[in-house]
Amino acid sequence: MSKRSATVYWTGFSIILALLIVAPLVLPEFWRRFVTEILIWGLLAMSSDILIGYTGMVSFGHSAFFGLGMYGAAAALLMIKPPNLWLAIVYGLIGSAAVALFVAYFSTRLRDIYFAITTLIFSQIFYVVIFTWTEVTGGENGLSFRRPPLAIPGLFSVPFTSETLHWFVLAVVTASYLILRRITQSPFGMVLQSIRENEGRTRAIGYAVERYKIAAVMLSGLFAGLAGVLYAIQNRFAAPDFVYFLVSGETVIFNVMGGIGTLVGPIVGAGFFLLLREAFSRFFTEYYLIPVGVIFIAMVIFMPQGLLGFMRRWLNQ
Amino acid sequence: MGIEQILAAIPWEKIIIQTVNGIVTGMILALIASGLTLIFGIMDVVNFAHGELFMLGAYVGVVVIATSGSFWLALIVATLVVALLGAALQITTLRPLLGRDPLTTILATFGISLVLQNYALWQFGPVARKIQEPFTGYFTLFYLEYPWYRLLIAALSAAIIGAFWLFLKYGKYGVWIRATTQDRVMAQAMGIPVPWVHTGAFAIGAGMAAASGVLFGPLVGVNHAMGLDWILKAFIVVVVGGMGSLGGSIAASIFISLLEAYASIWVSPAQAVIVSFVVLILTLLFRPTGLFVPTPK
Repeated sequence: MSKRSATVYWTGFSIILALLIVAPLVLPEFWRRFVTEILIWGLLAMSSDILIGYTGMVSFGHSAFFGLGMYGAAAALLMIKPPNLWLAIVYGLIGSAAVALFVAYFSTRLRDIYFAITTLIFSQIFYVVIFTWTEVTGGENGLSFRRPPLAIPGLFSVPFTSETLHWFVLAVVTASYLILRRITQSPFGMVLQSIRENEGRTRAIGYAVERYKIAAVMLSGLFAGLAGVLYAIQNRFAAPDFVYFLVSGETVIFNVMGGIGTLVGPIVGAGFFLLLREAFSRFFTEYYLIPVGVIFIAMVIFMPQGLLGFMRRWLNQ
Repeated sequence: MGIEQILAAIPWEKIIIQTVNGIVTGMILALIASGLTLIFGIMDVVNFAHGELFMLGAYVGVVVIATSGSFWLALIVATLVVALLGAALQITTLRPLLGRDPLTTILATFGISLVLQNYALWQFGPVARKIQEPFTGYFTLFYLEYPWYRLLIAALSAAIIGAFWLFLKYGKYGVWIRATTQDRVMAQAMGIPVPWVHTGAFAIGAGMAAASGVLFGPLVGVNHAMGLDWILKAFIVVVVGGMGSLGGSIAASIFISLLEAYASIWVSPAQAVIVSFVVLILTLLFRPTGLFVPTPK
């Protein structure tokens, strides 16, 4: 990255971060919550971008990772007294990592469309298990719990307000973005991108493509699980609806709308989608997916690079 | 425990009933999956909206029955209307994507499925509609009064699939479809209007989905989300059967439906779905090219 370009990039990064930090102080309650939600869905979409944008594998099963993150957090918050935020995150990550390992092991044997379909079916497996195993998961009703306090043991412990929750989510999402950005620029990330460009050639050079793919799915699953934990903490429940494949579909929509292979694009896409939903809900009530779906199809046909596609190269340097 | 006791413990009656049930569902599934396979084979499009075409077919059937009262008219009208809709969808959304990454077609058809599903919810509401069976005869199967209509569904589905197979084998346009599936560029060079063959194939697949929607309508209620279950099953079937293979997906449809039917003797139908997931996982592990196709060289 040239020095000037780097300055511009980090200046832009700081300005947007600063805007997001002050957002809860100036926005009314509804929009405050809205921005927090965009960040959480953005993190989910960003995690899936590792697969779609960087490795060239379209996952239609991210709801499984997201949902297991939610249920993992729920398990920690319901079983351990007093509820602990960090344990919730750890449990959520363990849950999603286990699922991701399972899904990765089987689905990376297949490529392209077959990968997409198998990830979709795997997420449905977990949906059925969660939906029918009522004694443990609460079945259709899901589980609800109290929000843990924001605490660092021995230092402080304060209950979450909507401002502190926003800042906490923002901190997690920003850290995730920086980590993922670093990973995509690392030698590991370069191998993933070469798999996207030409899998056969990457294998011919001597990289164990399958292992890289499994690692990519697991990495992606971990961050999706983290998004699930955040969503569980924000909403104080875990429900099977969030394991259903429509959530996976929305994740793909966020990616395509925002621009794949950019990491920030998916967050922008999530924001764009939620704004569209908000706007169209006023006229179409719960049928907002009719106009939003039409816009999505039009974007797939006419704007395959998404909103931020034009700055893809610049964002990745 | 002796052999006799084990034999006596097997619920033969239930197994026979479930065999009939499994074949009936399997034929419906085969009708849906063969449309999906046709569309995939010819243009590399994984049609996510196939379940919605099935659902719309059932709704058109509901509307036609409400106005005309004839089930058979409804079957024909629904097939034609949804086939036309399929052709229109193919021309407007899939034709511009020809030649791009096949994954973009998944995205486009996923968008279509969202739109169609919500359109149905908006137009017909969340309450399930009922399609009246064309006749209500029963015969006695052990302790059950088994409706003849179910057997008729299986026979009709088989007839439609058979006719479709004959069309592919001997019909002029069927030969066009097979030629385009084998080699798009060569077919074009031979003067076959490839874009229109694509549109036609999509319309046929859509029509088959709609026909199965009307046929299946009387067994369950018709509602806007009914396509989702079937599209997932159909996806499992096409992966297990070997994607793009018509015979494979028909065999896999019946195989998986039978297994699910047997499983639901012991567990609830919602959990019986897990059996087909297990079949899928085993297929992926040991034979990722599909169970019912010859080993690729």
